[in-house]
Amino acid sequence: MGRELSVVDGGRAGPDGRSPAGSVLRVSGPLVEVGDLPDVAIAELVALGPNGLPGEVVAIRGATVSVQAYEYTGGLAVGSPVQALGRPLSARLGPDLLGGVFDGLLRPLATAGTWLGVTAGTGPGSGAGAGAKDRTWQWRPRVVPGQVVTAGTVLGTVPDVGAVEHRVLAPPGTGGEVSWVADAGRYTEAQPVVCVGRTSVRLTELWPVRRPRPVTARRLADQPLVTGQRVLDAVFPVALGTSVAVPGGFGTGKTMLLQQIAKWCSADVIVYVGCGERGNEMADVLDELAALADPRTGRRLSERIVVIANTSNMPMMAREASIYTGVTVAEFYRDMGHDAVLIADSTSRWAEALREFGSRSGAMPTEEGYPAALASALAAFYERAGRVQTLGGVDASVTIVGAVSPPGGDTTEPVTAHTQRSVRSLWNLDRALAYARHYPAVGWSGSFARDVDRLGAWYAAHGDPDWARRRARVAGLLAEADRLTDLAELVGAGSLPGHERVVLLAGRLLREGVLQQNALSANDAHCTAAKTAALVDAVLAAVDECDLLVEGDVTATEIEEVDFSPLLRAAQDTGPDDAAGVRERGTRMLAVLGGLR
Amino acid sequence: MTDLTLRTGAPRLAVEHSAVEELRGPLLVLRGTTGVGWDEYAQIRGDGDGGAVRHGLVLEVDRDLAVVQVLEGTEGLTRGTTHARFSGTPLHVPVGTGWLGRVCNGRGEPVDGGPPVSGRHRAPVAGHPLNPVRREPPSQPVITGISAIDALTTLVRGQKLPIFSVAGLPHLELAAQVAAQATTGAEGFCVVFGAMGLSHADADAVRATLDDRLAAGELLLLVNTADDPVVERTLTPRIALTVAEHLAFECGRHVLVVLADMTSYAEALREVSTARGEMPGRRAYPGYLYSDLASLYERCGRIRGRDGSVTILPVVTMPAGDITHPVPDLTGYITEGQVVLSPEMHARGIYPPVDPLQSLSRLMRHGAGPGRTREDHLELAAQLLAALARARQARELAEIVGASALSGTDQYYLELATELERRLVDQHPGERRSLEDTLERCWQVAEILPRRELTMLSARVLAARDGG
Ligand SMILES: Nc1ncnc2c1ncn2[C@@H]1O[C@H](COP(=O)(O)OP(=O)(O)OP(=O)(O)O)[C@@H](O)[C@H]1O
Ligand SMILES: [Mg+2]
Repeated sequence: MGRELSVVDGGRAGPDGRSPAGSVLRVSGPLVEVGDLPDVAIAELVALGPNGLPGEVVAIRGATVSVQAYEYTGGLAVGSPVQALGRPLSARLGPDLLGGVFDGLLRPLATAGTWLGVTAGTGPGSGAGAGAKDRTWQWRPRVVPGQVVTAGTVLGTVPDVGAVEHRVLAPPGTGGEVSWVADAGRYTEAQPVVCVGRTSVRLTELWPVRRPRPVTARRLADQPLVTGQRVLDAVFPVALGTSVAVPGGFGTGKTMLLQQIAKWCSADVIVYVGCGERGNEMADVLDELAALADPRTGRRLSERIVVIANTSNMPMMAREASIYTGVTVAEFYRDMGHDAVLIADSTSRWAEALREFGSRSGAMPTEEGYPAALASALAAFYERAGRVQTLGGVDASVTIVGAVSPPGGDTTEPVTAHTQRSVRSLWNLDRALAYARHYPAVGWSGSFARDVDRLGAWYAAHGDPDWARRRARVAGLLAEADRLTDLAELVGAGSLPGHERVVLLAGRLLREGVLQQNALSANDAHCTAAKTAALVDAVLAAVDECDLLVEGDVTATEIEEVDFSPLLRAAQDTGPDDAAGVRERGTRMLAVLGGLR
Repeated sequence: MTDLTLRTGAPRLAVEHSAVEELRGPLLVLRGTTGVGWDEYAQIRGDGDGGAVRHGLVLEVDRDLAVVQVLEGTEGLTRGTTHARFSGTPLHVPVGTGWLGRVCNGRGEPVDGGPPVSGRHRAPVAGHPLNPVRREPPSQPVITGISAIDALTTLVRGQKLPIFSVAGLPHLELAAQVAAQATTGAEGFCVVFGAMGLSHADADAVRATLDDRLAAGELLLLVNTADDPVVERTLTPRIALTVAEHLAFECGRHVLVVLADMTSYAEALREVSTARGEMPGRRAYPGYLYSDLASLYERCGRIRGRDGSVTILPVVTMPAGDITHPVPDLTGYITEGQVVLSPEMHARGIYPPVDPLQSLSRLMRHGAGPGRTREDHLELAAQLLAALARARQARELAEIVGASALSGTDQYYLELATELERRLVDQHPGERRSLEDTLERCWQVAEILPRRELTMLSARVLAARDGG
């Protein structure tokens, strides 16, 4: 076949013709209809044509099997042979993931050719390169023969791969007495390292990507994922183990925001899925991750990230699979006991792949041509987020952050509308804010965070009793300032009473001094929770002082003429965790205001 | 008929098929085609064509039927006298420097009286996806000689940056001017201009603008005019990009690909889709319009360890000026920024009518600044854009309270906005401005403001200005 496929090897038989074989009846882009494959199951993998292109069974009607092909089907003809491989589309999960870049089927791109889909110059073929089969990994056992283990027990570790501890677990469905353990040393992914009962455990396991990996119990998601972005951490927080969607028209800053979160959020492992987006963006983010140091570990940021790059010009159906592959990888690290974040940019391209395939296979369309299953597919995908007790008994989580790209910026379209119902938080990117170069352009009127109360309680229990009050005031002031801005446009700001003009000023100080955050500035690209709190407090203290002043005999005009730049520049002028520096600037600001009395 | 597309990649014994099942719009459905592969290229002969060959691509194979899209349309073909010969591979074209200096139709056949273009190598027009890990992030500019673009929305080698326009605005003039005068300063820069759906008058004007560059052997012009076969337009950008990719990545050239007008391209795609009875998406464009456009635009870029680059400058006319129309909307979701032309500025007589505030080159910070253009460039651009935004607010305010009620500082901003259009943006359609000239104009405009307002310029940049 001219390539090695993690997804098709080890099936019922190789493409040598001895396995159950059918033949192609119809080809229309990624849709292939196959006849004479009687025993095949839904979601089973097949190898299409002489080149063995990977495909997945998606429908069976009478004697006709519909397959979605994961590679370019050019040249595939009626009558070409098809082999069923006897198992579903699976991801190979192992120690090579962190720091790596993969396609939508989790095949490593580093070892693939410059141009994908070219095999030795003869047209269609290989999508991505081989996994390094003979590469060896360090193995350190943690169990001894005779020990009784259950699924999820840590059997050993693979040191020095990535920024988190890589634990090898007894896989789901296994358990019993350890009969044999390989000595510490170097092993390939195919060599057994432990025998549990009669099951050999290797450094790599296969998992069907459409099936959620099992857990012992779901836990309440009550602690925050700190993103390092002030508008999110202070106003629209997301709980660890929940899900959030980021809808926004083109150029509103989805990718920048998601990349910031990938770089700076408080999770242990990031799985970044570039789903049907730009190649240049992927190249750029790979370069940046390799250059940046992780403030928590001191290692390269790329060592905590798995990148799945299925750009818009790569085969469309692999885009559909990439979302599931990504969340499976996140669950894999969750099961080791880590907090993993899956970032998907953009889920709309995944939905489009569903639509495209549905329309070719004649599925009955519903809204805007999407298949009726869209809503349930979205809901099921976001349900794979969760804070859980793993099979191994530890607390861990998968958080999902998905960008949505609504056509024409219309948020009533089906993907946006259904996604909104499936997520706990929504960061709605507002075109007007982006146009005014207010970044991140998270709009305060269209966004929501449904776990605010729980997270407020968590902050209160962890040393910040004021978090909830602070958030309520910020949200209240922003809304009030918006209302008054509309009013001021009708009647002129000058005719508003003094304290309302202070509200307008407060809105400006919050927007420019707190919410705006420049992703390109070393000081401001990310911000610790303490610095965020200090900034909000400094602005609120200044606003309170202004309120007192207008109640006395200082006019609103005099206050508006004050140079607020020390406050507005505090975020930029202090380091990412310099809360003290912010407080000092806040105090200076109060002194200036006090001088007006 | 030339032999341009006759020979394809790895040939298979060609079989002639003539059992025509259906002829409809651009589609030809043949029976008895078992063995024909999806996306294969076919040559079609009709008895009435006097020996001329039409070109077809297989859109679907279903049992013993093959649905073929005929680039020239099916007009004049009959059931009994149509023969198709399938090549066994997708459509390939010759590639190489032989294309430079040539003028061809939208299918790549010469219309300049010269011989057919040949080349030692052939490449499939659909291209192959570039492995994202082999991409080199863009980092150097293309200097267009247009101040509004070079100064404020710098075009970067390997970028895709569309011009969003409206019918009646001079987007074609601008695209042709960029094609005529753009340069990277390095040897071997060249341009591939793919024109789709142009009127003859427009095509002639474009050709006249490009004549010198054609004569210099630095340019390929592919022209599909409004009266040429519509479906042919689906091929034109693919040929343009296939030729460009080879020049860039095999010959080490920096290649600018100008595609005008992509809205005509999308309409051709819609026509094929409708003829096939596919499920219509927004405004009846096919649901795969995003992926189809991406398969073109993503062919720009650079490759690690290789010299050349492909930069794409598509022109998109927004029907009724609507930026949420599917063609500009999906283009915006794929490209790396946009250059927006403004009817108001055009009405004021500004050429090119580029609206700096609506325009954005997302890669500018990588392609401009120290070591790329000039030390002060990025700061200066940021300063001008911020000032322009403030001027716009001041103008809105002035409309409510009257210009005389504005503060003295705001008056400076209004003046800056006017002068920016007049001194920086406005230029002659034949004028090629050097980067030095453009940046000097930026300074002159910025210095309309009092120094204290130039908060985005660092002390170092200001000192350099004063010293020099
Ligand atoms: N936080 C930020 N700081 C500075 N600039 C930003 C920020 N966010 C966005 N931008 C600017 O906006 C541009 C577009 O942002 P981005 O690429 O994230 O948009 P997007 O929503 O992903 O668009 P698309 O849907 O087309 O992919 C960036 O190139 C950058 O110039
Ligand atoms: Mg994006």
